[in-house]
Amino acid sequence: MKHKKAKKYGMVIDLDKCTGCGSCMVACMAENNVPFRKDESNKHLSITWLRVYKLTNGKPFPNTDICYLPRPCMHCEGQHEGHPPCVSVCPAVATDYNIETGIVSQIYTRCFGCRYCMASCPYHARYFNWWDPVWPDGMEKYLSPNVSPRMRGVVEKCSFCYHRYQLAKEKAFMEGRRELKEDEYQTACTQACPAGAITFGDLNNPNHAVHRMVKPDPKHHGRPTNPNAFRLLERLGTNPKVYYLSSREWVRRAGDNYLETEAKLKKTVHHS
Amino acid sequence: MDSALIPRGVKRCPFPQFILFIAIVGAVLLWGVYAMLLCWFKGLNQTNMNDFYGFALWIWADLAVIAVGGGAFFTGLLRYVFGKDDLKNIINYAVLIGFICYSSALLILAIDIGQPLRGWFIFWHANVHSMLTEVAFCLSCYFGVLTIEYIPLILENRQIDKVPFFHHLGHNMHEIMAVFAATGAFLSFFHQGSLGGVAGVLYGRPFAYREGLFIWPWTFFLFTWSAAACGPCFTILVTKITETVTRKKLVKDSAVELLAKISGWMILTYIIAKSVDTWYWATVTAPSQGFSLGFFYSNNSFYGIWILILEIAICGFVPAFILITKKGRKNSTALWIAVILAVTGVCLNRWVMVLQIMAVPVLTFENWVLYFPSWQEIATTILPVAYGIILIAISYHRYFPMSRN
Repeated sequence: MKHKKAKKYGMVIDLDKCTGCGSCMVACMAENNVPFRKDESNKHLSITWLRVYKLTNGKPFPNTDICYLPRPCMHCEGQHEGHPPCVSVCPAVATDYNIETGIVSQIYTRCFGCRYCMASCPYHARYFNWWDPVWPDGMEKYLSPNVSPRMRGVVEKCSFCYHRYQLAKEKAFMEGRRELKEDEYQTACTQACPAGAITFGDLNNPNHAVHRMVKPDPKHHGRPTNPNAFRLLERLGTNPKVYYLSSREWVRRAGDNYLETEAKLKKTVHHS
Repeated sequence: MDSALIPRGVKRCPFPQFILFIAIVGAVLLWGVYAMLLCWFKGLNQTNMNDFYGFALWIWADLAVIAVGGGAFFTGLLRYVFGKDDLKNIINYAVLIGFICYSSALLILAIDIGQPLRGWFIFWHANVHSMLTEVAFCLSCYFGVLTIEYIPLILENRQIDKVPFFHHLGHNMHEIMAVFAATGAFLSFFHQGSLGGVAGVLYGRPFAYREGLFIWPWTFFLFTWSAAACGPCFTILVTKITETVTRKKLVKDSAVELLAKISGWMILTYIIAKSVDTWYWATVTAPSQGFSLGFFYSNNSFYGIWILILEIAICGFVPAFILITKKGRKNSTALWIAVILAVTGVCLNRWVMVLQIMAVPVLTFENWVLYFPSWQEIATTILPVAYGIILIAISYHRYFPMSRN
């Protein structure tokens, strides 16, 4: 594929490597000043930009198999580029699709909290600040100065650590470069994963690992041509930029919905 | 005590009785206002909404009151644009009910947003691709139109009418009301539709998503149609309730029957269109995304296939068949049943197009999520009902001569 000027940053997560340790979640929360409360037992109120799901194949011992599936924001391209489910519905242009990078961002100071974007997202990747953030004593000193904390009443989500992209661009500019090297812009979760299950880069760049791993088909909105690669809810046409790899068929099929007539395997059971 | 304000030639209940009634309803209103203030000052953590239920009771209430408030625009359209003179006896009441419904919708929206002080962003930073933007613009404009339509009714008050300026203002406003009725109908067609579009464009939510015409999903047209069909039933229902409570005949039977007949035919055509839409969605749209019809109505403790049968058959075809027959319209009990079913049906439609969308799991490894509103949500949803009853009591029944019609 010819290398285009516009970037399309994306992620490939190898589910066969993921151990479900949760390092990616912790790194994400620390990196992005994600607020938390004393009692986080109600997961429907917890803000987890990156959430790790536990999937099982639903079979009894000794055939039981499990899979951990980290789910960041999918940064969907949409049915045509720039039209992910959430961006076109936001009434105040508080969420934006960047054509230069393919990153879907959230403008916290613009968001007025209507939550239409949350209703539109099938991945539940968007979170509402039901409370103002309260940091334990002294912790405010450990907050990242590069990411603005969010206030009560606005929606937030994974930004692919966009501030890291900005910092890398600034550095490159100071060094008289226009292009970033592959390792100059990496998300916190990618770097934190001890198993090396997460790979991040430009899907449009054939020299980047993410491109080589999934071989996206540009004629079909980046659908993977690697038979072991899949995207979540491919059939909805959201065209995510997060890809998953697995050698196990039941895991790949858990990525989408199928009619009974199409289903060959038992439905996946989720244990949260 | 307030006899100087009561229109001449009408009989009203004693003032203490009136005040007692207002006080009881006012207490409910204050309860709602307290809950509203809690939500504004403490935030939406006062609700039982969560990250799965970004849209919940309030959005349903919004959609429902706007749908039933549709009687105002459709009756106005029939009266002023299509020249159905018989409806002059009910038009003022339809306008009042519309005014209550739309002001309630705006109030609920103001409570529902996470950052109420930024509410104006929807106008200032408007995203023209968003159905919600269209809703906000049309809703606000139409509320302006309804206010203009409502003002002359206030100006008819005996004491206000004594002031020459208000007398002439009221008279002149009546003269040009057809223009506002037409404008209101135009605006209402759009925002009823865009409310339907709010759900229909959600291509990430297979329960909501519908194909359509150009940029408009079929729900756009179905919502407009259902509001025009069932809104007049709500107007009739409130009229009948008011007549029962006050034990007075307020609107001529001919006006009610004409509205019921038009409504009946509208409901019948709507419910046929809705059935076709449901069939196409169940057999083509949803299966193409990997979902069968049965999936949306199983494996949970609330949303069964009963809700679809109730909406389409019992609250759709039944009232339609009652209202299109002369016998059905003339029979008081049948008319009551028909209008109650029609109003229930349209409210149920709005419920599934908000709440069930949120409940259905889309990722294969997630489960159904059900929700029950907090008392603050319930109180703020009842608030507009109490406010509406008070406004009707003051406007219609006590101080303005509308009931003379």
